[in-house]
Amino acid sequence: MATIKSGTFVPLYGADKAPVPVKAFLLDTYPVTNAEFLAFVKQNPQWQKSKVKRLFADQNYLRHWASDESIGADAAKISNSPIVNVSWFAAKAYCECQGKRLPSVNEWEYAALASESKADATNDERFYQRSLEWYSQPNPQYLPPVQKSFRNYYGVYGMIGLVWEWTSDYNSAMLVDDARSTGSSDQQQFCGSGASNASNVKNYVAFMRYAFRSSLKANYTVANLGFRCAQSSKVSVAQK
Amino acid sequence: MKRLSITQTVQTLAIAIYCAGILSSCSTKTTEAEKVLTSGTATPKELPVLEAQLTDAPNVPAPITRKHAAKVVVRLEVTEVVKKLADGVDYTFWTFGGSVPGKFIRIRQNDEVEFHLMNHPDSKNPHNIDLHAVTGQGGGAASTFTAPGHETVFSFKALNPGLYVYHCATAPVGMHIANGMYGLILVEPEEGLPAVDKEYYVMQGDFYTKGGFGDAGLQPFDMGKALNEDPTYVVFNGSVGALNGENALTAKTGETVRLFVGNGGPNLVSSFHVIGEIFDKVYTEGGSKANENVQTTLVPAGGAAITEFKTDVPGSYILVDHSIFRAFNKGALGMLKVEGPENKDIYSGQILDKIYLPEGATIQEMPLAKAPAAPVAANKDQRLALGKTVFAQNCQACHQAEGQGIKGAFPPLAKSDYLNANVDRAIGVIAHGLEGQIKVNGELYNSTMPKLKLTDEEIANVMTFVLNSWGNKGGEVTTQQVAKAKASNKH
Repeated sequence: MATIKSGTFVPLYGADKAPVPVKAFLLDTYPVTNAEFLAFVKQNPQWQKSKVKRLFADQNYLRHWASDESIGADAAKISNSPIVNVSWFAAKAYCECQGKRLPSVNEWEYAALASESKADATNDERFYQRSLEWYSQPNPQYLPPVQKSFRNYYGVYGMIGLVWEWTSDYNSAMLVDDARSTGSSDQQQFCGSGASNASNVKNYVAFMRYAFRSSLKANYTVANLGFRCAQSSKVSVAQK
Repeated sequence: MKRLSITQTVQTLAIAIYCAGILSSCSTKTTEAEKVLTSGTATPKELPVLEAQLTDAPNVPAPITRKHAAKVVVRLEVTEVVKKLADGVDYTFWTFGGSVPGKFIRIRQNDEVEFHLMNHPDSKNPHNIDLHAVTGQGGGAASTFTAPGHETVFSFKALNPGLYVYHCATAPVGMHIANGMYGLILVEPEEGLPAVDKEYYVMQGDFYTKGGFGDAGLQPFDMGKALNEDPTYVVFNGSVGALNGENALTAKTGETVRLFVGNGGPNLVSSFHVIGEIFDKVYTEGGSKANENVQTTLVPAGGAAITEFKTDVPGSYILVDHSIFRAFNKGALGMLKVEGPENKDIYSGQILDKIYLPEGATIQEMPLAKAPAAPVAANKDQRLALGKTVFAQNCQACHQAEGQGIKGAFPPLAKSDYLNANVDRAIGVIAHGLEGQIKVNGELYNSTMPKLKLTDEEIANVMTFVLNSWGNKGGEVTTQQVAKAKASNKH
């Protein structure tokens, strides 16, 4: 795991544009791979394809695998590629079994703001262009091995340009306080008001991540959605 | 077919279960689901259920002939596909139904539409749909936010007739639209549209690529150009040449043609024009009122127009955005090929092609051709003024400005005994030239005076000028005198 030092960042959404503090934490260097997830389901049969409860994963759960305990014909090509078609419940369970947890949206976005050379590439338009180009490409038939993806300032691979990733509070941008309040209550859900409320219009591509997360429910499984785990930094816990 | 036999109760129950299933468990949304149940049972009515037939541009579904409302099921699949934007140029289009623009949807006023949006599992992004034909929050966008590999359903009642744009409204909205996520939905008025012979679907869009116009390869989207509203391509129906050559729209002479014209934008408004045709009717902005005899109609981004015209004579009629650099330099060109007999009364075709001579067709004598029509003096003063000019242009080089001449070469005109002694002889010299020895004021001169190409009027003027200058005897010479003197004083 890589150490993500503490700091602050301005999230994409938020009317006050106030920087949000992020405590130091540990983040998996790579997204979880098919091989790693296979080992997990062998140990935890309740998360196997045929045994998972529908409440926890929709019918596309692990659809790219041949069977409960086998990736199948594509194993050689994708063993080291990110696991996809997993629900939020499954990802959460995986991390917990490793003694870890899913990163929060703020943690994930904070770590993803790093380019190769800078911890904070907020104002680097070339960095955004790279993201845009990835977002606008169709999914490849086989996702590349995690080691072959973009490595950022923290030594974390594949935050941009590999797969979408689950976060613990992926749906927080959708939380609506009360439908009886004024029309601004769901300003983050849809197009216009969400965009006009953005803190950094140049980071246009970050909308894609918020939009993607907002389209999810916890039992959804998507062909380009994976995850990685995080851990609270022992140092900061001790200080607290 | 099976759907027709489902009873109202089962239908309503199914919808209620479906809504409860797809919507989250938050209290407000549960209320919505209950509403469907209550309203469905409170006002029972049997609407026939129809599956909408959707078409790809430039085709449109057949006109609606039924005289009653229906429950129309529309299934639209979102896919992200690499396709041709121009020759040698590929682009990743996000589509409603596999191509740009999206499928054409045709329904009737007061139909109830059960709308299914399927996002293909291979999609990278979530998508939704905002149909401008929908009355309700987000035009349906709020109810169709769909993750890859999922399907969402909502229904709406088509309250207003008209031609409406639909598009994706998922953040970042501009990028989704710029990638081609738009199309048209026609809500026919209850009485239907007037019958025509041909109907076509044409939709303009602007595209923003990292490379310049025509740069080859798979071009990524360029955010900077999109923000600056500076498109690399402006095209009809999703690519340069989508309506050209073999793909041209067709009609026969005498047919009526209806174009359903949409503009997906995201940024530019279109000055839609068909070169060589006048729109007999334009339902401006896709609404209910028709304007007549229109040359160019404005189609706003996110707007539409219905244009109708009768084809009278054959030819290739070019569809353009008359914001014209877009047409000839960015791709906004389409073609309607009309075949049939000519009608020379309406349009003759070319009758003649010949050399054009600005000076006229007959052979010209250049010196006279160059000369403007000579002014005619009305009195002696005018003769003096005009004569001075003739002198300056024709005589001064030899006889000098003050008529003093050059001794031994050109005889003087000032106080000239030779001149003053015989004016008619002098006129003859001007008209015919002079060669040989003469004696002027006691000096012998043996040189050549060339024949000057002067008119009688010019000779009269210059003679009058000379006679009244430099101490000569004065008087006026008329054109009649010149004519007479020329005849009697041949050289």
